[in-house]
Amino acid sequence: MVKIHERKFVSADPEKCVGCQICEYICSWTKEKGFNPLKSRIRVVRVNQLANMAVTCRRCEDPPCVAACPRDALTQSEETGTIILDVDKCNGCGWCIEACDYGAIMLHPETKVVHVCDLCKDEADGPQCIKWCPEEALTLVTSDVLAQKARISAVKKLFQEAKKKK
Amino acid sequence: MHGYAGKVLYIDLNTGKTRVEPLKMDYAKKYVGGIGLGMRLWLDNSKAGVDPLSPENPLVLALGPISGTIFPTGGNGHAFVAKSPATLCIGEAVAHGTFGSEMKRAGYDAVVLEGKAEKPVYLWIDDDSVQLLDATHLLGKSPSETEDAIKEELGDYYVRVAAIGLAGEKLSKIASIINEKTRAAGRTGMGAVMGSKNIKAIAVRGTHDVVPAKPDEFMEMVKEFHERMKGPATRKYRTLGTTENVLVHNALYCMPTRNYNNAHFEEAEKVSGEVVNEKYLVKILGCSSCAMRCEHEVVVPEGPYRGTMSRIEYETLWAMGPYCGIDRLDAIIKGIEIATYYGMDGVSAGVTVGFVMDCYENGILTKKDLDGIEANFGNSEALIQLLEKMGKREGIGDILADGVRVAAQKIGKGSEKLAQHIKGLEVTGYDLRCLKTAALGFAVSFRGADHNRHGAYAFDIKGKVDRLKAEKGRGKMVRDMENLYALIDSFIVCKFSRGTYYKGLADMAKLYSLVTGIDMTGEELDKSGARINTVARLINIREGLGRKDDTLPWKAMNMPIPDEGPVKGAVVTQEELDLLLDDYYTSRGWTLEGVPTAATLKELGMEGLTKIVKGKQEA
Repeated sequence: MVKIHERKFVSADPEKCVGCQICEYICSWTKEKGFNPLKSRIRVVRVNQLANMAVTCRRCEDPPCVAACPRDALTQSEETGTIILDVDKCNGCGWCIEACDYGAIMLHPETKVVHVCDLCKDEADGPQCIKWCPEEALTLVTSDVLAQKARISAVKKLFQEAKKKK
Repeated sequence: MHGYAGKVLYIDLNTGKTRVEPLKMDYAKKYVGGIGLGMRLWLDNSKAGVDPLSPENPLVLALGPISGTIFPTGGNGHAFVAKSPATLCIGEAVAHGTFGSEMKRAGYDAVVLEGKAEKPVYLWIDDDSVQLLDATHLLGKSPSETEDAIKEELGDYYVRVAAIGLAGEKLSKIASIINEKTRAAGRTGMGAVMGSKNIKAIAVRGTHDVVPAKPDEFMEMVKEFHERMKGPATRKYRTLGTTENVLVHNALYCMPTRNYNNAHFEEAEKVSGEVVNEKYLVKILGCSSCAMRCEHEVVVPEGPYRGTMSRIEYETLWAMGPYCGIDRLDAIIKGIEIATYYGMDGVSAGVTVGFVMDCYENGILTKKDLDGIEANFGNSEALIQLLEKMGKREGIGDILADGVRVAAQKIGKGSEKLAQHIKGLEVTGYDLRCLKTAALGFAVSFRGADHNRHGAYAFDIKGKVDRLKAEKGRGKMVRDMENLYALIDSFIVCKFSRGTYYKGLADMAKLYSLVTGIDMTGEELDKSGARINTVARLINIREGLGRKDDTLPWKAMNMPIPDEGPVKGAVVTQEELDLLLDDYYTSRGWTLEGVPTAATLKELGMEGLTKIVKGKQEA
């Protein structure tokens, strides 16, 4: 089982994300050969214009979606942490959707079963959203790296403030 | 079918009945989409001389063939077309965001709204399901508040909404239609047409895929354009944004100031794009599928307008600022926020306030006429108060809410000379006295005073021509740019991305072919651009307009630029304008009265519309 410290997921930097939906378009294109945000495994949220962020699966430890599924349709890959769906078992009941804190597992508009980010496991060059994001707002990170980044940015801000005060 | 959805939705608001007709592919090929297709459909569904605010004036919402794809900026535009209550000729306004792409995924190329709903409603288009829902409880709300309420009500936060504010409800002739809180189909009073139909908002959810005809080649082209979007062609929009124009125009003495009394604003440094970005900018947003992003969101951090939030562009900044002699950015941002709140075109609203200030300083309007407001140039409090009154049609605001032409007609006393408009549409931030290619473009623009129909100012400002000279050859320059701009608004892509089409129309033709699967060349596209401009001209002729209306605001022709500087004394004479018009009409294959000849119509494959100009084509 991959340790939580090593588990990678796609994270959006809200400072950089502009809400352009290119990640949604390229995700649905990669997965389904059509442009349709409803078929994207990553979704953009814009709140009051100023807050913009793309959200997708965080590959949690003890994922609540897996625990919530009454039909054992969801499992987590031991190797990567990816949530794996057994389409034959899923009946689209939505318990996993309710359980996910991030809204990162969604019901497909046509197949009526859930879909979730698999880090483009079939693409040689990895997650296409990261590759295509024009703002370079998306990165593949572990929680440890996220924490490091947050610390660096906090310290940077602090010193900018200090500079201003001088 | 690729690119096009293949369907046009007709909604009879009188009865609530809807019908879907197949998109005429002949129209699609000839008029592309967006404003081109919209104007062609409007012509088919209207009668000559129709009252713009009557049920008989259809409101057409049109998408382009590129809408809904990942193509940079191509995914996201939509156009409204109707007869304009402000200009009494063809009106159209384009906005971007996410609304247009959602509408395409709902499966329509255009929606034609006919008649008038019995009571206030909003339109809910959920793929094939179309409903008119009660909107009584939404009356008086801003477009943004309306959007939030509808999302809540429909229980889907990804529904896209375009709405009018109080100005549209009250049929203000400068009312806009606003989607996603800050994106406006601003010009020519389309919001009033929507209001006259008792429609408060249009909400849409689309679930269908959009798939280009030649996916692999299309994606290669997208990749290439992603790189171009990061390059020099879009630098301005990605960085300072259009507010960069403030200092550029000011240095060239081509920034109309204090209602065209000056061409240069001595306080421009205080309201420059540089200051906007340093002190007020909080975030730059992108529209759906855009790889550039340009939407500058500003927040006022301190002072009396603390917390005011708005999108900002050069035009709105200029109209509320230099045009009113105002040098306070916080008040300007507040002014734009008010225009957006009530759903008024920020440009027309600002220009109208500038007009009022000029009237006040000339004694045409008194403090008493203005409900106690001392409307001197530079008085930012007066700007805020007048905008509030216009938005609500309260007191003097009732007269001003219809823009400068109507206001001047009501005020009289020579105020007509101070009303800076063309065909009833308020001017934009380019001083036409010293930009003579732009002057021609503005004069012939089918929707009235506007830079967005031709962008001809670029020749003057970039020094490609002698901007003070009126000479032969400018006609063709304007014609070519008009064709390009009409195509941009018909595809629909974003004008800010125009520099990324290195091969111009050839690049656009390639894009069109890859998306639709229909063979297209640059030459054919130019013809479509000509056709779109010609159909607009035919509509305007049908509505009674002609050469006499292709003119300039009074001051542009009668008040030479007074400011000491490079263009002191510049003005456009009637003789110059006549020379430019003759040259332009000739380049279009129109008579000297500005009527398309039979031969020109035939060449463009528009013979079917010859009847509109019958008896008028003699040179």
